[in-house]
Amino acid sequence: MKAYLAILYARMATLFQYRGAAFAGIATQVFWAIIKTMILTPFYAQASVLQPISLTQAITFIWLGQALLALLPWNIDKELEAQVKNGNVSYELVRPINLYSLWYARAFAIRTVPTIMRCIPVFMIAILFFFGLSAPVSWLASLTFGISLILGAFLSAAITTLIIISLFWTISGEGIQRLMPHVALLLSGLIVPLPLFPEWLQPFLNLQPLRGVIDIPSRLYTGVIPIQEAFYYLGFQLLWILILVGIGKWLMNRGLRQIVIQGG
Amino acid sequence: MDKLRLFFKLIGVSFKSQMQHRASFLMLISTYFLSTFIDIIGIWVLFDRFKMVQGWSLKEVAIIYGIMHIGFSIPEAFARGFDNFGLLIRNGDFDRVLLRPLGTLFQMASREIQWMRLGRLLQGCIILMWGCLELQFSLNPLHILTILLAILGTAAVFYGLFILQATLTFWTTETLELMNITTFGGLEVGQYPISLYNPILRGFFTFIIPLACVAYYPIATALNHETIPMWLGTIAPLGGLIFLYFSIKLWKLGVQHYSSTGS
Repeated sequence: MKAYLAILYARMATLFQYRGAAFAGIATQVFWAIIKTMILTPFYAQASVLQPISLTQAITFIWLGQALLALLPWNIDKELEAQVKNGNVSYELVRPINLYSLWYARAFAIRTVPTIMRCIPVFMIAILFFFGLSAPVSWLASLTFGISLILGAFLSAAITTLIIISLFWTISGEGIQRLMPHVALLLSGLIVPLPLFPEWLQPFLNLQPLRGVIDIPSRLYTGVIPIQEAFYYLGFQLLWILILVGIGKWLMNRGLRQIVIQGG
Repeated sequence: MDKLRLFFKLIGVSFKSQMQHRASFLMLISTYFLSTFIDIIGIWVLFDRFKMVQGWSLKEVAIIYGIMHIGFSIPEAFARGFDNFGLLIRNGDFDRVLLRPLGTLFQMASREIQWMRLGRLLQGCIILMWGCLELQFSLNPLHILTILLAILGTAAVFYGLFILQATLTFWTTETLELMNITTFGGLEVGQYPISLYNPILRGFFTFIIPLACVAYYPIATALNHETIPMWLGTIAPLGGLIFLYFSIKLWKLGVQHYSSTGS
């Protein structure tokens, strides 16, 4: 365990160096949140029937989503990708550590560090300029939001690791790497908040794992999920983490058994 | 004329070289085609729930959306040389460009062509045709001219933005990620009726970066959503060409300002 924590810390320290990229990210996310708010407001203005979430809640969804964007499993660790492609992954196999845990630790770092660097300034801008980000509905809601967000990070890291493992089979992984950002944005409700999707799609949207990354924390924050149901949703996130880590470990074992090292 | 022939020759060469890996190329183009549908899914979700926005229906918005995406795909495929321009500056490789007996703009434009981006073009065409069919938008010569001019104008604005992004590199030496706000952000803004936004943003996207002029105003006039004269709506996309012209002027200024970083 200690070894993996050390890897995690080292990786996080490295990632914290990319502050220039974070600055561009912050500006882009703030712009996006403002545009999305402006688009959604006139739609709500003429809605005659009651919507599943109010405009205030929807705007808060937008800001939470943009602030936490980097948490989504939209990219992978470029160094690990290179290792699989050039065959250096074989050195990792010689080391007395579990490869899955090593990759998972790195995936966790790549998910959390950019998120931490970006979300605080975005939240501050949203609050200072009154852009419509409302406060959590209660103290309990903010507590469950925090717990759910941490679970979301673990879940997103599990998905990120799965994508890297898939490189054992696809090698280039270009297809999945190009599609992933779009799929992740859509299924976590970053394009349009998930509660606004058509009713007939809700059963599917409610069960897929990507909603556990940003959608469930946002629903807890805004009170769309009542506090007494919070445990059920935290359990949902935990269950998906266990399933995806299980699948990841199983696939990795299979992949390693038949691995062909590239290069001479 | 010789330049044009050379340009087409270079385009042909890049197409042939990318087609060498046929399966991989087809995979890329279809993946890209699929990924560009995400935006229209988002718009469909909103219209499915709210039906209308400020009197606009999904079919009408689909026409603006289609024009935007077709117009964006052209510079996305052909202005790639400007997109990763920062690397050229940082490595000092721009010196080599200056030594060649052809204009810098021409060399940048033909440096890299990404054919897979045409997946977006296909997507835009499908949505545009769907919109026209559903609306029974009579395709009389005037309407066809309006749509063609709008596509031309949109492509010109985005091409201009890619050039501007590269031009700024002459001063910053690093590609400004921030400029993505104007390119990809502009695409996001432009696919909805411009009347949804607040007046400051509307003014910005009409008079500074004329994204509203190239797709929204012509289509809104043709569909009677704006009460500006028909002829003005039809020629509004020319604003895009003016924007492109100024971008090229700035580029030339940038080239004069260039001092090499290389050793």
